[in-house]
Amino acid sequence: MPLSLLLSLSMALLVVGLHAISAARRTGRSQQTYGISLVICVILLGMALVHLLSAAAPATLILPLGLPWLGAHFRLDALSAFFLMVVNLGGAVASLFALGYGQHEPAPGRVLPFYPAFLAGMNLVLLADDAFTFLFAWEFMSLSSWALVMAHHRESANTRAGYLYLVMACFGTLALLLAFGLLAGPQGGYDFATIRTAEMTPGLAALALILVLMGTGSKAGLVPLHVWLPLAHPAAPSHVSALMSGVMTKVAVYGFIRIVFDLLGEPVAWWWGGLVLGLGGITAVLGVLYALMQHDLKRLLAYHTVENIGIIFIGLGLALAFQGNQMYASAALALTAALFHVLNHSLFKSLLFLGTGAVLAATGERDMERLGGLIHPMPWTALAFLIGAAAISALPPLNGFASEWLTFQAILLTPELPQWLLKFLAPAVGALLALSAALAAACFVKAFGITFLGRPRSPAAAQACETDRYSLTALFTLATLCLLAGILPGLVVDGLSPAVSLLNGGARLPVQQSQPWLTLVPVVDVKSTYNGLLVLLFMALSGILAAVLIHRFASHGVRRSPAWDCGFPDVNPAAQYTAGSFAQPIRRVFGSVVFQAREQVTMPPPGDGRAARFEVKMRDPVWDYGYAPITAAVIAISNRFNHLQYLTIRRYLSLVFGALVLLLLGMALWR
Amino acid sequence: MHGLEFDIAHLLAGGMVVISLLLLYQDRLYALLKVFALHSLTLALAVGWQAHIQEAHHLYVTAGIALVFKAIVIPIALYRIVRQLGIHRTLEVVGGVGRDMLAGAALVALAILVMLPVTAGTDAVAREDLAFALAVVLLGLLLMVNRHNAVSLVIGFMSLENGLVLAAAGARGMPLAVEISVAFSVLIALIVIGIFLFRIRERFDSVDMQAMDAFRGGRRR
Amino acid sequence: MALMHDHLMQGGQMLLLLLLAPLLTGWVRTLKAQLLRRRGPSLLQPYRDLLKLLRKEVVLADSASWLFRVAPYLIFAAIWVAAALVPTFASSLPFSWSADLIAIVALLGTARFFLALAGLDVGTSFGGIGASREMMIASLAEPAMLMLVFTLSLLAGTTELSAVARFMLTADVGLRVSLALALLALIMVAIAENARIPVDNPATHLELTMVHEAMVLEYSGRHLALIELAASLKLLLYLSLLGCIFVPWGMTTAGEEATAYLLGVAAYLAKLGLGGLLLALFETSIAKMRVFRVDQFLSAALMLGLLGALLLFVSRSL
Repeated sequence: MPLSLLLSLSMALLVVGLHAISAARRTGRSQQTYGISLVICVILLGMALVHLLSAAAPATLILPLGLPWLGAHFRLDALSAFFLMVVNLGGAVASLFALGYGQHEPAPGRVLPFYPAFLAGMNLVLLADDAFTFLFAWEFMSLSSWALVMAHHRESANTRAGYLYLVMACFGTLALLLAFGLLAGPQGGYDFATIRTAEMTPGLAALALILVLMGTGSKAGLVPLHVWLPLAHPAAPSHVSALMSGVMTKVAVYGFIRIVFDLLGEPVAWWWGGLVLGLGGITAVLGVLYALMQHDLKRLLAYHTVENIGIIFIGLGLALAFQGNQMYASAALALTAALFHVLNHSLFKSLLFLGTGAVLAATGERDMERLGGLIHPMPWTALAFLIGAAAISALPPLNGFASEWLTFQAILLTPELPQWLLKFLAPAVGALLALSAALAAACFVKAFGITFLGRPRSPAAAQACETDRYSLTALFTLATLCLLAGILPGLVVDGLSPAVSLLNGGARLPVQQSQPWLTLVPVVDVKSTYNGLLVLLFMALSGILAAVLIHRFASHGVRRSPAWDCGFPDVNPAAQYTAGSFAQPIRRVFGSVVFQAREQVTMPPPGDGRAARFEVKMRDPVWDYGYAPITAAVIAISNRFNHLQYLTIRRYLSLVFGALVLLLLGMALWR
Repeated sequence: MHGLEFDIAHLLAGGMVVISLLLLYQDRLYALLKVFALHSLTLALAVGWQAHIQEAHHLYVTAGIALVFKAIVIPIALYRIVRQLGIHRTLEVVGGVGRDMLAGAALVALAILVMLPVTAGTDAVAREDLAFALAVVLLGLLLMVNRHNAVSLVIGFMSLENGLVLAAAGARGMPLAVEISVAFSVLIALIVIGIFLFRIRERFDSVDMQAMDAFRGGRRR
Repeated sequence: MALMHDHLMQGGQMLLLLLLAPLLTGWVRTLKAQLLRRRGPSLLQPYRDLLKLLRKEVVLADSASWLFRVAPYLIFAAIWVAAALVPTFASSLPFSWSADLIAIVALLGTARFFLALAGLDVGTSFGGIGASREMMIASLAEPAMLMLVFTLSLLAGTTELSAVARFMLTADVGLRVSLALALLALIMVAIAENARIPVDNPATHLELTMVHEAMVLEYSGRHLALIELAASLKLLLYLSLLGCIFVPWGMTTAGEEATAYLLGVAAYLAKLGLGGLLLALFETSIAKMRVFRVDQFLSAALMLGLLGALLLFVSRSL
């Protein structure tokens, strides 16, 4: 019953989209569309939560749609309920934000119809229970989000982003299509229930794993398939960027989990875990290094999504490695960490993208080099953004730390693994994880510090004003959730446990609610524990105590004056540290190796009036060594075949004839 | 098995790996020489300890040779060569310590990965010594590959040789005669290299190996 | 009764740390001055400085925001809480389960995050230079520190510091190269994190060589007092950490009598005094390095930490 209601609500989203086509030009329609989307998302969110927390049995439904001999299968279990919660939470908050933000939209006709359709597509992916429905919904989600990326298609950068996105989305779907072909086997049992019970040879299973990694990894942004993501996510309107980065990548993660953990099932070869783990580690560090080199705020955030996907895949890789060795208790910890990070990332990444949207609406700028000092005109947005930045930098007592802490604890269990390669890989990945967390903090000091602190670097930044009430409500909803998930991680872990035990042969983490002070105890009592609530209490108490004592007994006087700056206050705001100069030390340390970054200073000779020039050249290793050869090869091949366009009709006919004869020959010989 | 005997052997052999890594970190010749002397001293201690726990008295001789020649004579000789060549202020441009150390750590992991499965079944001390010895050899090679200066090359070579001696001591003794002949061959190598260093200097005004590349025949980049 | 006792212990430790921190800074300064044949300030000078600063009014730059004013309290609170969770004189700390070593490192990260933001807030070039370099240093120091956590957790089976300290007191530890490596890495990280020579110079006001001082350049009055106190606390924290992991002897274990506590405190003070002496000796005998040497210094620390963890795998699985 709840499943059919969920489905009809998803369909209702589609109707809202259709309705918006006819009504987009009328004023007030954007609020109507977003309002209805908000209501539907909240209902869906509530139902998903109820299903997850009540640990209800899976519900299934078969509709006579799609392929005639198959029908459309739908299923709601703990895993899809968890991801439904993530998707609809993001959807609800983004819709709430858009109630205000959508009014700044120059071309609502290109956004409104696709927005609810995009939400519906994501919901349907999560509910699908056969390969056809899954792929159909997956493509639907891809195409509707592509349409949203192309909403501002007059900017040439966006067209390029859209093109690249389309190519990569097609590639991903192709890989998934092949993977499902392998999974279904020669009998063609395309519904998930059949696939689950089917036996596979280890070789075929490994091939399916690699195909699934390519298919879902290209959507999630796993290095080296991430190239489209930092271009496409920022091109869309900000609330859609928030959905794409915070939520759609999670649907891709869902696809990976569903197929690899649920459908492929046992037995898992141990090297699967190693592969996913290594990819995750590289993705995490490369993603954050890319992010540090950006000064477009939205692109920085998009690259940062790549980093977080890496962290999630580290958790999943650990879980696979543990499952491959029948260590289900440890696998439960790794899976919990990964799923917790899925939730956390959707919270703070949506928050940060929405905050950027507020900045964009207030100033019209997303280049950090032209922002600055926004904390004065927009104090509330700044506060919310700060909470998001601290959360994503894995600072206690916020939520990012809780999930990274769990991931780290899972890594600390790897010495029990029997394979030497995994034993060595795990500490190395641990170092990569720690490195990416530290670099993330640097990245968000830069993002927040350059955008919101200092003095305004352009007139637009100087004349900004605070964003509207809807947007602020949306921002603070997410910020509150970030804090709550950080200080009450035990509750979240308990909420996740039905999904974890579903994927993990029934094993789950110990119940956390009964721990004193809601402490997080992942393994056993003598092992490590963490309590965000107490840390917050301690910090608040000591900070407030210090403030009260000092203000009461020492001094509370304040005098305003020009900045001191060692006696050389620079009047010109352009002399402040910029995003580029902030990242310079890290660029020199890491960028010179990874990106072959080269700095060049051209100083005119004394007496010459020309300005000195400073240039930084960087190369994208993934693009240069991965994609550029492929594109070059494609172009070379198509050039060679170009002359086929200009043949005479006789030659065309002989080509067809030759092909036919070859085919027949092949068949004859193959027999 | 995990008694004090094992712990000390582990500490000394592991210490050699660590000092090999420290060699990678040094970019000054004098510092390099000092660390090399420490490397040899640790070798002498490690071999001496092996002699004690295996009760193999000829290993004391090996340890003595390591102590006298490698920890005292050779560093002092090289020290004087460096001073006479006047290159003690030369800073070698190390191409990113982080990268070198990363490569070093990876080599150590590789050595362990290779050695431990191969030696399964023998006793713990020998297994670990062999793994660490291979790591020391690989790190010595890395040092030789990475440096331009001829003196650093010599040090890399000597540290590599230290690794071989460690392996020999751990693997229940190579005959003393072999050991002594190896030690003397190293000494002769030192003398030859020393002479060559001065000759190279005379010819090219530098002991930077890059300067010599220009005089190489054949295809150049 | 036991609960009261626990709370008293925790409160006592927090207060002790707060009182001791300036003394440690004064001790190091005096020693350094005497090593240079200067007479140096009195041991109590840091207390006098703090009191003076507390009584002064705050001079705030025009472009400073609310964050600039909140940050000192946040930084102080984060570092104080972190320091309170490191076992000092007693190995069983009642609240140590609320945050393990990873969380302590992350708490220091929180303090650094807000300090760097405060450096950027006024919009001066020195603040920016300090913030950007501090984050570069931290980006290598934090992973190195976490590698140490890895090594310890492999040995002791936990990341909770009290348990680690208790484990280190037992004879199961043995002599380990990994521990030596971890010690080396921790010392290197501690030097970098506390802005000591050769990474940074705590006494300089020569603009281009400073990192930490550049970030706090705009602070004055009570804000500066809090930040200075937090810096002293951080130094104390790292020395306590070194003490409780690598020289745990003399620590009181649970359930002993009052005299044992006195003994524990005395041992702790002795460790601090020795640590301060070593620090002063080290700092006077070495020159500050260029900023772009620091990354090599710290990547060496990171690699040592990683190697320590690797070697431990070997000796464990033999």
